[in-house]
Amino acid sequence: MPNILAFAETRGGELRKVALEAVTAARTLANAVGGGAEVHAMVAGASGMAQRAERLGQHGADVVVTLEHAGLAFYNPEALAAAVAARITAGGYRAALFSASAQGRDLAPRVAARLGVAIASDVTGFELAGDAIVVRHPVNTGKVVATVSLTGTPAIISVRPSAVTPAVAARTPRVEAGALPADPAVSRVKVTEMVQGNTGALDLGEAPVIVSGGRGLRAPENFKLVEELAAAFGNAAVGATRAVTDEGWRPHSDQIGQTGRLVSPELYVALGISGAIQHLAGMRTSRTIVAVNKDKEAPIFKIADYGIVGDVFEVVPALIQAVKAARQAH
Amino acid sequence: MDAVRIAVGIKRVPDMEARFKIGADGKSVDEAGLKFDIADFDSYAVEVALQITEKQGAGEVVVISVGPDVVQETLRKALSMGAARAVQLQCPAVPFDGLSIARALAAELKDGGFDLILFGKMAIDSANHSVGPMTAELLGLPCVTAASKLDVTSKPGVGTARRELEGAAELLEFPLPAVVTIDEGIARPRYPSLKGIMAAKKKPLDVKPAQLGAVHLSVTAMALPPERSGGRIIGEGAAAVPELIRLLQTEAKVL
Ligand SMILES: Cc1cc2nc3c(=O)[nH]c(=O)nc-3n(C[C@H](O)[C@H](O)[C@H](O)COP(=O)(O)OP(=O)(O)OC[C@H]3O[C@@H](n4cnc5c(N)ncnc54)[C@H](O)[C@@H]3O)c2cc1C
Ligand SMILES: Nc1ncnc2c1ncn2[C@@H]1O[C@H](COP(=O)(O)O)[C@@H](O)[C@H]1O
Repeated sequence: MPNILAFAETRGGELRKVALEAVTAARTLANAVGGGAEVHAMVAGASGMAQRAERLGQHGADVVVTLEHAGLAFYNPEALAAAVAARITAGGYRAALFSASAQGRDLAPRVAARLGVAIASDVTGFELAGDAIVVRHPVNTGKVVATVSLTGTPAIISVRPSAVTPAVAARTPRVEAGALPADPAVSRVKVTEMVQGNTGALDLGEAPVIVSGGRGLRAPENFKLVEELAAAFGNAAVGATRAVTDEGWRPHSDQIGQTGRLVSPELYVALGISGAIQHLAGMRTSRTIVAVNKDKEAPIFKIADYGIVGDVFEVVPALIQAVKAARQAH
Repeated sequence: MDAVRIAVGIKRVPDMEARFKIGADGKSVDEAGLKFDIADFDSYAVEVALQITEKQGAGEVVVISVGPDVVQETLRKALSMGAARAVQLQCPAVPFDGLSIARALAAELKDGGFDLILFGKMAIDSANHSVGPMTAELLGLPCVTAASKLDVTSKPGVGTARRELEGAAELLEFPLPAVVTIDEGIARPRYPSLKGIMAAKKKPLDVKPAQLGAVHLSVTAMALPPERSGGRIIGEGAAAVPELIRLLQTEAKVL
């Protein structure tokens, strides 16, 4: 049966948003395949994975395959690559979908190499075209879009975070315990420590709003303004340019651009950012872009939907108050 | 570990500042007028490799590229940075299928006796993030992707790395030999010195046929994404804030 496998990513035992995106993408593909094709979602963690089934069913999983082991408390690439590849071989899947997250980018190519099949990475769209699955994949920092045809079976695909919006396609899934052909306890690569970032802070890949600061902020302590504006929106994460991460004002993990994170929020607010091509590469697909810059010739204004020419130290405090007021009025 | 032997997979890519044009076949980028160089993350990987051998005081960095003869220029650049020798795995064009590239690399690396095999976390043109972990799987080696810190010299036979996740990071330990892909922020690539450029001309560069294997993936079209319509300045200074709020509420509907 030409079923579709989705890898449902967890962290600390909780499903991540990208897990629901992968299941939604798999549901879309299964519906296109037709003939009652099912979505099988694999979910891994230390314990209690069956409790994740209901939520995966909400988004279209017909079967939830649980992998549980103390050695799966953290992402365990060797054990998971073996388990997912074995499941695909045994189940005869038409395709396996992953998120192109840090985990998925690591796992999906390993699975493809084990199976000896091609992978289409970081795709922003896909469809069935006869016997092939055709995907769109941005290349050259998003300045060119490649259409790629995958002819082998199974097709291994990783989907760009936020390219798919989790949708409801509710059913009550069957729950199966999956096999672990490689013992998670004997993995060669061991996680010795998990360093939590800002707990409670929204991740750049998941936040609907991103407020980013550039060199125009002038000093690390001035990022307080960026953080306050993010807090005023309530659903925002803080980003930065490479000029800022190079200076050590913000950690490298906050960097957006060609060599940093690729983001696509509903709203991107660029403060004191010139709009270098390498920065645009990471955020040009944002739905709405706002820019505040004192130089009216700054290239960021060319792609901004709404630009304000002005000093961030004057405009941002006013913006913080106005956003707070607008949200209170609701 | 005494002398440390490191291989680095490097790719030749166009300068991303360019205004790209689609080739006449509709499924390639027109290369006319483009400047090419070693891919960003791959240059960080070369730098990391050089720093490790320098720290260890003994060792060798070998750079490898799969592609047509023009990649020799990219290999020479890495040699001028300080790599000891280079290998071109020759094929008429760089395949888009990462597994083909990984197969060719794995065939060459298999009996190379390397302690460490480095890659960029992604090639800046294809952005697949795949060739490194695929090569590791084909070789049966432990693998860490997107390392932002790496140490292989403190403890014999053992490597440690840090890898950034979304909003968190993992510290990892693994046995050598291993495959590691390199993220940004780990090292700034050095510029080749004049002496390095002269020396590179005499360093060995072997050319061998690439064993690519079957290809299951083909590019059927390339296109330029629609231009973003932007460029609207709504006002100056704090006075423009009320108008911005109004537009965010009524037009963009994000507030
Ligand atoms: C290989 C490579 C990869 C790169 N990758 C990335 C990447 O991933 N991400 C990235 O961001 N960059 C990247 N860069 C760097 C990029 O080229 C730019 O240097 C960088 O984005 C500039 O950051 P910036 O806009 O903060 O600083 P600047 O370019 O210095 O701009 C600062 C802006 O602030 C404005 N300003 C100053 N004071 C004020 C004020 N008081 N109020 C309002 N505005 C003010 C100025 O008018 C200016 O436009 C990369 C570069 C290379 C070569
Ligand atoms: N043609 C190639 N020759 C040698 N190494 C390559 C080649 N293509 C990719 N790589 C390596 O694999 C990494 C990831 O590439 P990719 O999977 O295409 O994003 C790159 O950063 C390089 O280190």
